[in-house]
Amino acid sequence: MTTEKTCCCSATINNATPPAIDSARRRLLQAGAAVAVGLMPIAARAESDDPKRMMRPQPGDFLIRAEGDQEGSLITAAEMKIGDPPVIAWAIDPATKLPRDGSRLNQVLLMRFDPAALGPRTKPHAADGIVAYSAICTHAQCTVTGWITDRQVLHCPCHQSEYDPRHNAKVVGGPAPRQLAALPLKISDGKPQVAGGFIGKVGMVQQTM
Amino acid sequence: MGGNKRIFLATVAAALLGAGTVAATAGEVDNYSPVTQQRLENPEPGNWLLYRRTYDGHGFSPLKQINVDNVKSLEPVWTFSTGVGEGHEAPPMVNNGIMYVATPYGQVLALNAKTGDLIWRYKHKLPEDLFQLHPTSRGVAMWGDKLFLAATDDHLIAIDAKTGKEVWNTKVQDYQKGQYMTLEPLVVNGKVMVGGSGGEFGVRGYVAAFDADSGKELWRTYTIPAPGEPGSNTWQGDAWKTGGGSVWITGTYDPKRNIAYWGVGNAAPWPGDQHPGDNLFTSSVIALNPDTGKMVGYHQYHQNDSWDWDEIDSPMLIKMNHNGQPFDGLVHPGRDGYLWVLKQDDQGIHFVSGKPFVGQNAFKGLDESGRPIVDPEHKPTTGKNVSFCPSLWGGKDWPAAAYNPDTKLLYIPANNNMCESLEGKKQKLVVGQIWLGADADNAKLLPQKQHIGELQAWDPETGKQAWMHPFQGSQLFGSVLTTAGDLVFVGGTNDRMFRAFNGKTGELLWQQKTNSGIMGMPVAYEVDGTEYVAIQSGWGVDAQRIQDMLAKTDMKVNPDVPQGGVVWVFAVKH
Repeated sequence: MTTEKTCCCSATINNATPPAIDSARRRLLQAGAAVAVGLMPIAARAESDDPKRMMRPQPGDFLIRAEGDQEGSLITAAEMKIGDPPVIAWAIDPATKLPRDGSRLNQVLLMRFDPAALGPRTKPHAADGIVAYSAICTHAQCTVTGWITDRQVLHCPCHQSEYDPRHNAKVVGGPAPRQLAALPLKISDGKPQVAGGFIGKVGMVQQTM
Repeated sequence: MGGNKRIFLATVAAALLGAGTVAATAGEVDNYSPVTQQRLENPEPGNWLLYRRTYDGHGFSPLKQINVDNVKSLEPVWTFSTGVGEGHEAPPMVNNGIMYVATPYGQVLALNAKTGDLIWRYKHKLPEDLFQLHPTSRGVAMWGDKLFLAATDDHLIAIDAKTGKEVWNTKVQDYQKGQYMTLEPLVVNGKVMVGGSGGEFGVRGYVAAFDADSGKELWRTYTIPAPGEPGSNTWQGDAWKTGGGSVWITGTYDPKRNIAYWGVGNAAPWPGDQHPGDNLFTSSVIALNPDTGKMVGYHQYHQNDSWDWDEIDSPMLIKMNHNGQPFDGLVHPGRDGYLWVLKQDDQGIHFVSGKPFVGQNAFKGLDESGRPIVDPEHKPTTGKNVSFCPSLWGGKDWPAAAYNPDTKLLYIPANNNMCESLEGKKQKLVVGQIWLGADADNAKLLPQKQHIGELQAWDPETGKQAWMHPFQGSQLFGSVLTTAGDLVFVGGTNDRMFRAFNGKTGELLWQQKTNSGIMGMPVAYEVDGTEYVAIQSGWGVDAQRIQDMLAKTDMKVNPDVPQGGVVWVFAVKH
């Protein structure tokens, strides 16, 4: 046995205080927005409980980055490059400056393709090759964060469901029962803007008796 | 025996509607037998009151009406459709003729164990935005006149065993941070103990106890020490805050010493170079005083886990001999592929022996203290593709082994010939998103091997394998039951079979194809003098993940194993 092991064999570890590991997405989002230069200011924290945050993306909303170094920054069409991995985003109400981050079911996946590569069901909802889908897997509601570059498919790391974003995010692998909900876009002032609500159910169908 | 029930039928409504038939829509158990500490420590032969029937974790039933001579005549007596899909992993719990079945999606069923009639159905409302990496339940615990459900939204719920009504509901942690529960709680002297899942989401694991009457939290012991606490020198920086060590399988308990044993999961994220150090108390067994939560001992099976090898199964407590001397053994067929034998005495936990029970190339061997000598060529790390055996599902995952005190054999639902390759990568932790530090499910089969699943029988004293049954073209992902009828029952294969073996010889004696694949836990019980064997059939979760992976290999299995839960109950026709 190691020395450490001997020393710890009768250790008492009860009543320890849990670490504060919550990144407090919402607060970070606001902090990130506060330092973003030349971007749309986001509403103050006092409004963080506004029920509009719970609403799914609405027509007219713009999109902001939900994570990463640029968390909270408004997404422009110019920064969306063909072939880049997907961006996780929240919608933001341009009138109230409130991000719709009150439910994880509001998360959006955003990516860009050559418009010629988009299927007939995807083209009508795309804007200059930029497509958007719900980021919530239809199998068990994990966030779809993976991207398989060589096959150009979205990948859910929980149970390996795969979706083709060029073709309406149809299922191309794994246990997901149906495609991701699509979010129609248009371009406004050089920025992707929500053109309609989600098409299809977001996430899984809850099992009931 | 014979649990009486009173069914309140919707007769009036049915008559008014002219339906012609009536249905039991709600009911209540009369003359319920309260569960006491005395009953848990000495359960009646015909009941199944604990996760593995007894505190020692044996998964053994003393019933022998069904035995090696008549098991070929085993027939279905009744079935009950649960109405939900995904992995049905819970043992049907039985208390004097009443069966309590937990299913995925927060459902508990109370059934007449003799007839299969529904008495009541409890359905926990899960939040709309819940994500479920493991949508399952491993059962309800019992104490007094209550049942206890640890739900996937991280709530611990007490249910009235007679009526199915919720008595209290306590939030344990926050599901939105990836914290959830799937295990059957362990109750000792009115303290309901649970552990938390979420190792793949960067949580810090714990075991906590709650008062059975009020739901009030009594104590919480983290599996990863904070700075300054014993064992904290095995972590660097802030890695302890997100280091995993989840607890998601029911503990075992030694009443003589008043010690509860809990298995602890892997360190997070997967590649060990991202959390340097031994990482106590991950991949360990910890011994807790259930009154206070104080840790009174531990053994770490392997250090700095890099393979996703949760050592989550708590050890089976087996009276053994070593060099002619009796001792209190702690036996654990590990996910790391080693069969571990430890000894508990008044000084603590001591290593006795360890040997691989499946092909294992990550360890070159063990030193005298039982510490694995790791082969760095087979230890996943960041930025390098590394292969190792067994796969991340290990030599034996959570499905429980069983020990038969008559045959003195340990029955292990093992998986062999399946290896893995992983390349670690740096991933930023985003709260509520999966955080592995690697891409999963790159399992590979060893060349020329036609089977993965193996039901293995071992003599834990001699460390010798008595027999092994291979399952061609399938994994084995189901818990084991053994009985005084010298039988071993197990499902777990992708052909939807439920099987019975001769416990002494390994001979296959009986099998029945069911509706779905079985990844549940069989039990044996008795009502009105008849012995029954019960199992939930309902494929999903990791059994399906392995199936999806195998479909991409040369084994070319059909990934479509039908889902949908059914409780099956069998008896020998007289």
